[in-house]
Amino acid sequence: MAERYVMSIDQGTTSTRCILFDHGGRLVSVTQREHKQHFPRPGWVEHDATEIWRNLEQIGPKALAQARVGPGQVAAVGIANQRETTVLWDRHTGIPVTRAVVWQDTRTDMLVEELARRPDAYIVEELCGLHVATYFSAPTIRWLLDHTPGLRERAERGDVLFGTMESWLIWKLTGGPDGGVHVTDVTNASRTLLMNINTLSWDDTLLDFFGVPRAMLPEIRPSIQTYGVATRVVPGVRIAAALGDQQAALFGQTCFAVGEAKCTYGTGSFLLLNTGTEPVRSTHGLLTTVGYQIDDQPAVYALEGSIAITGALVQWIRDGLGLIGTAPEIETLARSVDDNGGCYIVPAFSGLFAPHWRSEARGIIVGLTSYITKGHLARAVLEATGWQTREVVDAMNADSGLDLRKLKVDGGMTANNLLMQFIADVLNVPVVRPMVAETVSLGAAYAAGLAVGYWPDLEGLRRNWHRAAQWLPAMDPRLRAEEYDNWQRAVERTFDWIKPSHEE
Amino acid sequence: MPGPVQSIERAAAILRLLAQGSGRLGLSEIANSLGLARGTAHGILRTLQLVGFVEQDEATGKYQLGAALLHLGTSYLDVNELRSRAINWADALAARSGEAVRIGTHLQGKLLVVHHVFRPDDTLQTLDVGMLLPMHATAMGKVLLAYDANAAAAVPDGDLEQFSRRTIRTTRELTRALSGIREVGWAADVEETTVGEASVAAPIRGYGGLVVGAMGISGPVERICDPHNRPRLDLVTFVRDAARAVSRDLGAPRW
Repeated sequence: MAERYVMSIDQGTTSTRCILFDHGGRLVSVTQREHKQHFPRPGWVEHDATEIWRNLEQIGPKALAQARVGPGQVAAVGIANQRETTVLWDRHTGIPVTRAVVWQDTRTDMLVEELARRPDAYIVEELCGLHVATYFSAPTIRWLLDHTPGLRERAERGDVLFGTMESWLIWKLTGGPDGGVHVTDVTNASRTLLMNINTLSWDDTLLDFFGVPRAMLPEIRPSIQTYGVATRVVPGVRIAAALGDQQAALFGQTCFAVGEAKCTYGTGSFLLLNTGTEPVRSTHGLLTTVGYQIDDQPAVYALEGSIAITGALVQWIRDGLGLIGTAPEIETLARSVDDNGGCYIVPAFSGLFAPHWRSEARGIIVGLTSYITKGHLARAVLEATGWQTREVVDAMNADSGLDLRKLKVDGGMTANNLLMQFIADVLNVPVVRPMVAETVSLGAAYAAGLAVGYWPDLEGLRRNWHRAAQWLPAMDPRLRAEEYDNWQRAVERTFDWIKPSHEE
Repeated sequence: MPGPVQSIERAAAILRLLAQGSGRLGLSEIANSLGLARGTAHGILRTLQLVGFVEQDEATGKYQLGAALLHLGTSYLDVNELRSRAINWADALAARSGEAVRIGTHLQGKLLVVHHVFRPDDTLQTLDVGMLLPMHATAMGKVLLAYDANAAAAVPDGDLEQFSRRTIRTTRELTRALSGIREVGWAADVEETTVGEASVAAPIRGYGGLVVGAMGISGPVERICDPHNRPRLDLVTFVRDAARAVSRDLGAPRW
């Protein structure tokens, strides 16, 4: 067989990586490049979509060179991407009209509040399964259209296109202004607030509600289907899958059956539970979202617990405070002490996501005494990720009526043994890491390989899943209850910090 | 005998210069002080930056001495950093070889397990991270002894602790084994720690080729070895390729 590998592109929040996988789902080569985070104002977070494209132009061929193969030996490309991040670009020049607005950006908080107060706001959650929040794309599109002179007219004429990162990259890969395919996958579309969660198509009521012209929107396609053939980066190779990164991880963890769940630990952390072919509504602050859709089969839905800040808190300790030189050193620092010393950090940097959804909350460090050292802060940083997971698991159990029996984890933070043990301790269930920690990339590769017949079926993929590590709970139940209570009291203290600027 | 290496002399001069006064200098200031072309000074500074001896302030672009210089005596690669950088290749090695993978570093005369990937057969296994193993009786330990003169010097002269009939017995025997390991670039332990168990390991290198750890697989002798009780060459290749891939990511030169 000439086609030996599948390529995955993971366009993430902090970097873009390109990985080649072989038939056993084993990693063959990896290349990666970080892109710049722009923080032009408090609460604003932007990326340069052109920089991200250029990074891909470098790392794609480099990944092939590392494995000493040409594009001819790649069966297909799959894309996983940071979700919700909004790119608007000129159809004719291929140049973004503004910097991409990242999912963490809170510039639309006033707009969101205004929209949520409208008498017809109830319709949004009913139609798309999400509530109005700064996190999702539609308010951002609206904000950009309102704040950039002439943009709305250009968008209505179809001269300016909208896409999340996978749309942008597929369009660029298939030729850009010269015949580029303007599509989005259904999982990404499900995060815009514009797609009807039942029909899986753009909904006129939602488009009206947010004031987004249909002409700028990409065509919604299944996650696993050939969208086109690349003319750049990997010329001649089929682009056969796209999924939001969290959905890709769900797929990579082979959570194909109802009731299977995974949590991915990255910049933020996201717990997704497969709920089958019917969307399930949450009453405990979780999101209803599309898990994946294979070609013209029915879509598989998921419940999602989104945590905005986990790894990003470690990055802040590194870059903002300079307490550590590299992210993994947080474990070394945290191990220099035995406990948190009574200190808790709630990283509500852009409000709190699941299960609270408090956009006006801001981060705090509580329990400070002169006893606290940087070691205790490092502990509190890691524990924040553990407790936030606990809150989401509690919500998931309440919504599904089932008790989570074990947690499948993946993502960069799973290299942190202290953290993984703490998560097992506070959840009181085993925590299991699969053989490929890069599950986001693996999921995109699996999806693309499945689309082109490189892998025959889901069962075959499931057989590739193996346990690489396991952490068993070992915390005194009384201590667990006390510490959880302290955490919850800390969380309450973050609420109502930002005051609405124009209260009537 | 060859004369002094000019670029090392210049690098030393740059470090001396940065160690004086305020300790923060721009590229032109450094180049002018030493009478070097800007391009030459820049090249040396970039290399010094890569190894951590010099840091550049992001806002001003000025150079100063790096934190690594202050910790020259201690291990320059944090073990948690090592695990994080190696985790993908350790996973791939376990998947390819079908055996458990461990990564180890030297800690006060013992081998410290810093990373462990289960054998991919989904049987019940327990994480060994944090465990201390004997240096002279394990493949990883022997790799570290072979490439770390300090670790080797710390082994007391005379008789070595015995774990099985096959454990290396004396320092003399060990010295001979280590020179063999340096020759081939990998080490094995066939029933030297535990009867019925074997392992194969190779060095992980960082900048300049400095060995920062060892990576290896272990399992039952009949799977790791051929009928003559020698490690299977396909497994040895997997281990060496994985250790090389980690080394490349850590900035080691190709070898």
